[in-house]
Formats: sequence, structure tokens, C-alpha cells
Amino acid sequence: LFSHCVWKKHSEKQYVGFATLPNQVHRKSVKKGFDFTLMVAGESGMGKSTLVNSLFLTDLYKDRKLLNAEERINQTVEIIKHTVDIEEKGVKLKLTIVDTPGFGDAVNNNECWKPITDYIDQQFEQYFRDESGLNRKNIQDNRVHCCLYFIPPFGHGLRPVDVEFMKALHEKVNVVPLIAKADCLTPSEIKKLKDRVRDEIERFGIKVYQFPECDSDEDEEFKQLDKELKECCPFAVIGSNTVVEARGQRVRGRLYPWGIVEVENQSHCDFVKLRNILIRSHMHDLKDVTCDMHYENYRAQCIQDMTSKLTQDNRMESPIPMLPLPTPDVETDRLIKMKDEELARMQDMLNKMQQQIHDGKDQ
Amino acid sequence: MEERGMEEGTIKGHDLFGYVGIEAVLDQMRRKTMKAGFEFNIMVVGQSGLGKSTLVNTLFKSKVSRKSCSPNYEEKISKTVKLQSVSHVIEEKGVKMKLTVIDTPGFGDQINNENCWEPIVSYVNEQYERYLKEELYVNRKPRIPDTRVHCCVYFLPATGHWLRPIDVEFMKRLGKIVSIVPIIAKADTLTMEERQEFKQRIRQDLKANGIRVYPQTEYDEDPEDRILNDKIRENIPFAVVGTDKEHQVNGNKVLGRKTKWGIIEVENVAHCEFTNLRDLLIRSHLQDLKDVTHNIHYETFRVRRLNESNLTKESERKKEELFF
Repeated sequence: LFSHCVWKKHSEKQYVGFATLPNQVHRKSVKKGFDFTLMVAGESGMGKSTLVNSLFLTDLYKDRKLLNAEERINQTVEIIKHTVDIEEKGVKLKLTIVDTPGFGDAVNNNECWKPITDYIDQQFEQYFRDESGLNRKNIQDNRVHCCLYFIPPFGHGLRPVDVEFMKALHEKVNVVPLIAKADCLTPSEIKKLKDRVRDEIERFGIKVYQFPECDSDEDEEFKQLDKELKECCPFAVIGSNTVVEARGQRVRGRLYPWGIVEVENQSHCDFVKLRNILIRSHMHDLKDVTCDMHYENYRAQCIQDMTSKLTQDNRMESPIPMLPLPTPDVETDRLIKMKDEELARMQDMLNKMQQQIHDGKDQ
Repeated sequence: MEERGMEEGTIKGHDLFGYVGIEAVLDQMRRKTMKAGFEFNIMVVGQSGLGKSTLVNTLFKSKVSRKSCSPNYEEKISKTVKLQSVSHVIEEKGVKMKLTVIDTPGFGDQINNENCWEPIVSYVNEQYERYLKEELYVNRKPRIPDTRVHCCVYFLPATGHWLRPIDVEFMKRLGKIVSIVPIIAKADTLTMEERQEFKQRIRQDLKANGIRVYPQTEYDEDPEDRILNDKIRENIPFAVVGTDKEHQVNGNKVLGRKTKWGIIEVENVAHCEFTNLRDLLIRSHLQDLKDVTHNIHYETFRVRRLNESNLTKESERKKEELFF
């Protein structure tokens, strides 16, 4: 730093050196690692598991058993978490996938999204408690950063259940709608469906995740790419658990009698665009929006509810209402002190023994 | 002359001294059928967007679906299940067919689909009721107009997993009163292995739930039928793809869907089972579908209805006896 300071004296503005801050943050983050929680929602058979496997190049669902029709009749919506630690070039990612089996599968799907909204709220509540607590060193962030919603390609647009689900979630989580199993659509059908879905999203007032605007000082190529990305939504995706031989290469794909679909071929589907958004360019933004917008909205709402409740009860103890903290347990403290002293004694004894052995050797 | 054929009671063809001309009856029947034409009523059931209209058009190589016939057709999800039928007379090689396609928009499209099959069950029974009334008239029409549903094609989405609860509920109820032909719709999203696995699971599910689909084993008339139908039963549900667009493949015009990775030829058995479905519904089993509807489903309905009315007559008579 100092050497830079001296060397650049001739420039107008004296170089202080905090421009290296991003690098420092970068280095610290690499050491610490990232975490990301992704939720996948949609009916059975939309290719959710296959897509997740394709995105993160793992097999999270090896031991999965598909429920048959009888078992499904009484199935309710469950929330299942899979966590996997991925490392690439020294960067660690703790990835959590939140699955929602049973969603939309029953004959009567009234409010089938409630277990999902409850789960998201629970994570917010947990974080709120932890954040308000005394020991904030090891807060676990289980908040859902992004929800991929799988729209069936079979319809003509959004169905009532799609609209209701997205509206129930759009103010709690970043909703990214996808057109699933896009390999059963021709290019013109995809375009028609995308136009229809975009139109209906606007018409029903659904607030899906918006990509941040480009900075005005970005170059034209970047702006063009960004524009193409935005016009591509919702992404039409195809996933695959298998590797096939296509055009002399081994690629992730699906082998049909009439041809081979390549998952990473941009003229076949938008998988690459989705992966880039989710992992390579917008993962951090997804987390930021979750923290700065969705969570803050929840927190503000929570505090408002608590304040109004307190004023109702006519007890204003503190201007900032606090969540009830765990009271320090006197008995526990005493036990801890006792154990500490015992440990210290044992350590002492160990040192003495080592010294004796050491002295014994010398003799 | 010796007494011949007393034990058997029938004289076989080769026992005749000359050509009598009995087989000419077949020709006479054929000519009459051609002149009179015949009716076929097919119902299509499935969620919005599974390609029902396109498939019907492809099957009959004409624009017979409701979608193609309404001038300002707008594809939107209707709030209730409202059955709508469209009839056409199509002709081929002098044979006229009055084809009625019964559509079921709204089925399975809502968030709560409980009892969405009821309007369909009612419709099927209404047609039987109508026919029964005509049959019971003293002065009957020489040809009773037949609006009974001869075949119900049920569209399963190509999820690749199992039957969904709504599929089981529907087919359980309708399988008792009409011939159901389940198909896997928009099957071009399944690879060949996925297709086989899916079909196996569906057949398992059907068996486990006691659902009988067409062709039902108990209606096989003879061993020959059984062999033919067994082959079909091993293959259902047919994985189907439909389209009304044509493309050039190897210098030929074929019906197909063009994607960036290839052209899916609808009439190519290596690609999908559309031709199997068409052959079943039209070329080989059309008359059988009508026969099963008339001889079995309709008769079951008739017996039930007549027993019911007998019971009501009985209870009314008993009531009268009590009072008088």
C-alpha cells in the first residue's frame, strides 16, 4: 500500500489504496465460503430434480423413490432440504436445495402453497430472532434466496394455480418462473408461450425477480447481453442426468429417435442463461434482494405487529420492542465455572506429568 | 340319400354342392352401410393444453375440433366443466361417417378439481337415458339417433412418474360406464426408456386401482381377439404426438413437429405411437368400440334403470296397497 502511495505521487489525486478493498473482501469471502438456498417448486414430473442436478453437476436425488398413485392420494405438501458442499477452484459453496414435493399434485389444491409460505416465514423469523439475540457470531442464514417455479409447457399460459402460487410468494422470495421440459415445444411455440406468460405476469401483477439495471458506464456488448437476457424470461429449460454423444463430443443431453437435445446448447434451450444468472452473475444480487427487501419487509411488518400489540396491551417498556431473550441460567453458569476449573486442574496435572517425563529423560 | 350332419347340426361350406352365394350378404351389408353411413362419437378429456384438438384433427385428417370451428376462439381456462360437442360428416371412398367430437374444457384446470368429473359422468348417462327412451317408444324410429359416447380418450400429461390422483379418480368412475382409451399426450418430451418405464408404472397403477380400460379382457370374443387385444394391452397407453403441420423429410412431405434438434414424424412408428392409436380407434376397432358401448355399457345402464323403475313401481304399488 505504502509503496503505491509513494510511486503514484505524480497523479492529481493521491492514491490512498482503498481501491484494493474489493480484493480484500474477495479474499476473505473465499476463505469463509458462500451459502445459497434455492427452492424449487412445481408439480411432480416437471423435471425439477433433473434440472437441479444439471445446474450443480451433482446427483442430489440418488435414493429418491417416486410415489405411486395410491400413495399420492393422501400426500400433503412437504418441505425437504438437501444440503451439499461444493468446492470449485478453492471457492466453497454451501448449497441448500429446498424441495416441495406434493405441491399441486392433489385433486384439491386449495392453498397448497401455505406450507411453503409458512416455511419461508419461519426462516425469516429464525433469522430475526438470531439477529436480535446476544450471541450473533454464528448466525445460520437459512433464508430462501431464490425460488424456481416450474410452469408446465403443456398449457397455453399460466394456470390458476400458477398465478395464485406466485402471488402468494412474490413478496417473500425472489420468484424466477421457468418453462419446464421445453423440449416438447417448437421454437415458435416457445415464443408464443413466453409472450403469453409475460403478458399474464404483468396483467395479474405478479412481481417476479427483476434483474438489476445495467450501469450506464457498462460497454455496449454487456448492455446488449443484459437486454437479451431480460427478453428471454421466462427461461425455457431442459435438464438431463445423462451424458450423450453429440457432434463428436460428450455432452449432457437427451437422446431421442429424431435427434439429440443438448442441454447446454443455447439454440436448444435457455439452460445456460439460467445457470449464468443463478450462479455466475446474479447469485449475490439474489441474496442482496432477499436480505434488503424481502427480509426487511418481513422484519418491518413483524415489528409493526408487535408494536401495535404492545400499545394494545398498554405496556410500553422500551421504544424498541425486543424479542424475549433467553434468561441466563444461574445454575448453568455455576456448572460451567466448575467444569472450567476442573479442566484447568487437569491441564496443570498434564503439564506436571510432561515435565516429569522430560526430566526423567534427561537423567 | 344318407342322413348327413345330424350329429353336428351344421353343414360346412365344403359340403354344399355348388356356390350358393351366401357370402354375398357381406357385400349387401357393406353397400347398405355405405349408403346409410354411420355415427361415431368420441369424447376427449384432459387438462387444457394437452393437445386434444390437434390430436382429433390429426386423427381424422380434417379440422373437426371445436377450436378449428369457432370463429373467435380464445384459449382461456373456463371456470366450470362444460361439455361441448361438434359434429361433422366426413366421407372416404363412398363411406360416410357422422363424427361427433365431445370436448370437456375446464376439466382438471382449477385449483380445486374435486368432482370435476361429475358433469362428464352425467353427460354419458344422459345419452344412455336418451337412447333408452327412444327404444321404449311404441312407435320407434327405424334408426335411433345414437349420441352415446363410443370412446373416451383420456389425455395423460407426460410427467414420466405415475398416474396422478385426478387421473385415478376419473378413470375409476368413467371406466365403469364408457370405454376409456388413455394416451400419453405430448410424448415428445420422453425418451424411449422413460416412455417404457412410464407406461409400465401406469399399467401397474391401473391394475392396482381396478381400472379397466379398453380393450377390456372380459369382452374378448374369441382366442383370436384375445391375441390381438393382448398385444394392444401390452402397449397401452399409447405415447402420442399430434400436429397439423407438414415438413419435408428425405424428399417426402410428412406430418411432423420441427425442432432445432430434429423433426418428430407423427406417422413414424419409431418416433411415436400415433398410428397405433389411429389404427385402434379407426381402422380396426371402431366397430368394436360401438359394439362394446351398445352391448355392454348400454345394457348395463338399461338393466340398472329398468330395475330402478321396477323398484319405484313396486314401492308405489305397495304404498297404494297400504292406503287402500
